[in-house]
Amino acid sequence: MENAGTVNLEKNDVKMPSVSNPSNKPAVKSSTKMKEAFLYGFLGLSAVITVGFLLWLIAYVIIKGMGHIDISGLIAPIVTTIYMVGIGLGISVPIGIGTAIYLNEYSNGGKFVQGIRFATECLAAVPSILFGLFGMMFFVRMLGFSWSILSGGLTISIMILPTVVKTTEEALKTVPQSYREGSLALGASKFATIRKVVLPSATPGILTGVVFSTGRIIGETAAIYLTAGTVFQIPQSVMSSGRTLSVHLYMLAKEGISFEQAYGAAIVLLAVVLALNFLSYFIASRIGKTK
Amino acid sequence: MDIMKWVFRGCAALTIVAISVIGFFIIFNGLSFFTHTSLWSFLTGQYWLPSGEIFGIFPMLVSSFFATLGSVTIGILIGVSTAIVLVELLPAKLASILSKMIDLLAGIPSVIYGFFGLMVIVPLIKNNLGGSGLSLLAVIIILTFMILPTIIRMTEVSLKAVPREYKEGAYALGATRLQYIFKVQLRSAKSGIIAGIMLAIGRALGETMAVMLVAGNAVIIPENILSAVRTVTANIAMEMSYASGVHEQALFATGLVLFAIIIGINILMQWIVRRLDRG
Repeated sequence: MENAGTVNLEKNDVKMPSVSNPSNKPAVKSSTKMKEAFLYGFLGLSAVITVGFLLWLIAYVIIKGMGHIDISGLIAPIVTTIYMVGIGLGISVPIGIGTAIYLNEYSNGGKFVQGIRFATECLAAVPSILFGLFGMMFFVRMLGFSWSILSGGLTISIMILPTVVKTTEEALKTVPQSYREGSLALGASKFATIRKVVLPSATPGILTGVVFSTGRIIGETAAIYLTAGTVFQIPQSVMSSGRTLSVHLYMLAKEGISFEQAYGAAIVLLAVVLALNFLSYFIASRIGKTK
Repeated sequence: MDIMKWVFRGCAALTIVAISVIGFFIIFNGLSFFTHTSLWSFLTGQYWLPSGEIFGIFPMLVSSFFATLGSVTIGILIGVSTAIVLVELLPAKLASILSKMIDLLAGIPSVIYGFFGLMVIVPLIKNNLGGSGLSLLAVIIILTFMILPTIIRMTEVSLKAVPREYKEGAYALGATRLQYIFKVQLRSAKSGIIAGIMLAIGRALGETMAVMLVAGNAVIIPENILSAVRTVTANIAMEMSYASGVHEQALFATGLVLFAIIIGINILMQWIVRRLDRG
């Protein structure tokens, strides 16, 4: 680690003024130097731990999972995951975008708007297990949807709603005010301005948010575990119970019967998440180009 | 088209309704339990025996507290240091690659962390320190890496926001690079860093599935770092699927306590950040 520290010191791009004070005793100077060397060592070590852990985790999942990829055995969880993403996004994306449009384009900061802001912030802080608890009581029991993809999808759609609202709002804010003014000046109605001018130029930002939300749905376990159940089957309809890839991996890890299957599920799950990550970088780089 | 305004307003109203219903549900269902057991004996009770209708969550609260304290402490040390390295010490290109890798760390599903913990960390603890390996220590290690991206990201952003003049001024006064980082930059970035830490506390407290896989889930007050523990969140997830009656209400009350703690942390965070920004 001392090495990392010294390399960084030499790569110093700013010419540091000398701190040595002629009146300083040499002993004091060397202890300061020791302290600095120690600090550099600690900083470097921390960065190495962070990156090292990530590489270790990914390498472990890939190496252990490589020989155990069994797509035919994963069809049921994959189909369930697709259903879950479909319902989750299908509900939260329209409502979330609508909410963000209202907040950013129509409202002028009254009590109602403050209420929504407060509510979305609270919702974002609630841990997923509490969504599971709510979904289980409300959708599974009270509305009688039982443990089903529908219950899971509805629960998760509420869970990701704040993310959709927030990312859409950020995207809308980046659209220059002059676009709106120009469109309105040309005689377009407010709604036509939003639909034909504001939304198209905010689309990449909104899409990044949607990709991010997709990742959260795929990665979620606690809320879905309590609302969609854990039945291992290809879902016949949205009313059947099913386990998503994440829940599948959890069950395999918990039961401990077949770790081979668990490795196979883990590598597929990781691959999906990595792919989504690259997709969002791709969209983000497209934003850079259009500007 | 005024209709569209009302459509969008309707969406916004739906968002509020969804949130209020969740809040109402957890509060209402949780509160109704306290006619069975008083809040005080629920919070301080040492035994959790659903079949005997004895409900005390003190062991879970202690376990969650230590798991969060441990992971957040290590997470701050490693996370803030990593952010400093990314922002101040590494060349921009390398830093941006590492920064993207840290985004990846944030995107990895929690169940994979849990699985990795179960397969790698738990055996490591078992072979080197003894016990079953399913322990508070394993929970702390897994949680540390789960909250690192949050702390790093928030610290990174706030370190970058420190005006360049501060750096020039510090160097002009003869400060070394480290003196500038620790005495000037970190201090002026503290409100953002604290916000990141608070988010991390919320995440560590709320994590469920990864923790359940490595915790051992015994309802005991942990004696040492190798004890098996059950956190507040794990308690809900483990028993909800078969609970009914008073037992179910007790789980809702557990959820309510968690909810109250998280909202409390959020309010505290907003208060601290506002004070620091003003100061």
